[in-house]
Amino acid sequence: MISVRGLKKFYGEVKAVNGVEFDIQKGEIVGLLGPNGAGKTTTLRMLTGYLTPTEGDVTIDNLSVIDNLSDIKKVIGYLPESAPLYGDMAVYDYLEFIARVQEVGESDIENRIHYVSDKCSLNQVINKKISELSKGYKQRVGLAHAIIHDPAILILDEPTSGLDPNQIIEIRELIKELGKEKTVILSTHILSEVEATCSRVIIINKGCIVKDASTDNLMADAGAANAVYLQIKTGEPKKAVGDFLKFKGVNKVDVSEGYAGLKDVFVFSDSGNDIREEIYKKIKESDWSLIEMRKEKQTLENIFQELTKEA
Amino acid sequence: MNENIINYKKVWVLFKKEFRFFFFSPIAYICICLFLIISGWVFFSQFFLFNQAEMREFFRNLPFFFAIVIPAITMGLFSEEFSVGSYEMISTTSVSIPDIILGKFLAACAFMFVALVPTFIFPISIAFLGDLDFGPVLGGYIGSVLLIGAFAAIGIFSSSLTKNQILSLIVSIAICVPLTFIVFMDQFLPPFFSDIINDLSAAARFSNIAKGVIDWRDVLYFLSVIFIALYSTKLVLERKK
Repeated sequence: MISVRGLKKFYGEVKAVNGVEFDIQKGEIVGLLGPNGAGKTTTLRMLTGYLTPTEGDVTIDNLSVIDNLSDIKKVIGYLPESAPLYGDMAVYDYLEFIARVQEVGESDIENRIHYVSDKCSLNQVINKKISELSKGYKQRVGLAHAIIHDPAILILDEPTSGLDPNQIIEIRELIKELGKEKTVILSTHILSEVEATCSRVIIINKGCIVKDASTDNLMADAGAANAVYLQIKTGEPKKAVGDFLKFKGVNKVDVSEGYAGLKDVFVFSDSGNDIREEIYKKIKESDWSLIEMRKEKQTLENIFQELTKEA
Repeated sequence: MNENIINYKKVWVLFKKEFRFFFFSPIAYICICLFLIISGWVFFSQFFLFNQAEMREFFRNLPFFFAIVIPAITMGLFSEEFSVGSYEMISTTSVSIPDIILGKFLAACAFMFVALVPTFIFPISIAFLGDLDFGPVLGGYIGSVLLIGAFAAIGIFSSSLTKNQILSLIVSIAICVPLTFIVFMDQFLPPFFSDIINDLSAAARFSNIAKGVIDWRDVLYFLSVIFIALYSTKLVLERKK
């Protein structure tokens, strides 16, 4: 549905986006992930036609964004970062204005406004001025703005930035809900957001794609390099603890002094097998107290850090 | 690029929004009030000195007031949208750049026309005092409409250059004021240059029309200024992409 080829955007010497390529199928929810300044917003702006690429092209349903901008705009709903809306307008007036601008049929306008305000839970504030709304509500008005003309594609730039935890969960639920019937591309630098909402992740760093995988695959990769975290109460020195736990199938043991005389231990297995049972049996042989044991996944955070760290 | 097509229905929707915004804006109200007070005061202080039932002095001063007031009311039209970010929001909907520019231009003109309406009290009250020739008055108002168009287009152009409203104000005043005052330079220049300057001066063109003589060349001058300024705005906005 969306095809991005050799996309580049240079500002003088600065290469904001440098050769990004991906395809997005209908119905996917794709997270564009990257540190600040990685080129996420620039990429999204080129998808919407707000910026013209220095090189390369974006095609949507085989139509080039550069040559067919006014047709493309009709199938895209775009929410820029922090939803810059006209603060002086009331929510209803704003949605009505956008509906007219987006060519919603005159007879449908009222229905559409009711539909989007239901969907985005705006009924309570529908007559309030936008500038008086909380950030969470503003963001929802921004989402309503993006879906008022029922576009097939939603492009959301950092849709949850600056919201409080409750609002974040609400907006994520809303995005997932919208994702059932639309193709969604969102950008974020929050990893849990991708885990929570997206079916696919594109990690971008310094204007280039460094990883493009489904969220499940990425999580599975992350899980493979597993370790077990232990907290043990013992008087033994660190080295003795390490040697004791280095039984067959264990690759490496890291021991460090924790608080209150406890020892923090990471036991890494060779094969990725679950070794918790063996560890438990082993500790039972000793007179140590086992305070805590959990399987430690390599988190998305670790992957992200590895992929985007300074070369 | 099918982005150049103007959709008049959307221009109308944008126009209504922009026009309403002027009535939310304290700056616009302040400018209009100052304009009415100062222009009225200046006019009537001279009016009783000359003791003539005519509006010539009012229309003579009008370009100078416009050269300040119109940049002030147009300075935020694009600048503010750039700094807030709403330009990104609106320009990614299915409106074209020309739609947006025309909506703003027409709204600024309409707002200034509304501001001009209270000045109708001047000719009406003068008509009670003496025998007023309505020809030049009508010409004066037709000229005002054209002048408003030209200065509003220049104001919109300079507003499209920057997200700093003050900078935009300075740039448009720096264009409008010389365009008005340049006519007074002609005494210092050889005749050849003074002809050119007369041709270029908005105030000179305006005063021709305000005499009640509507020459198509004067009208064409104002229409050209409007077209050039608005077209330049389009180029500026396209370059920003």
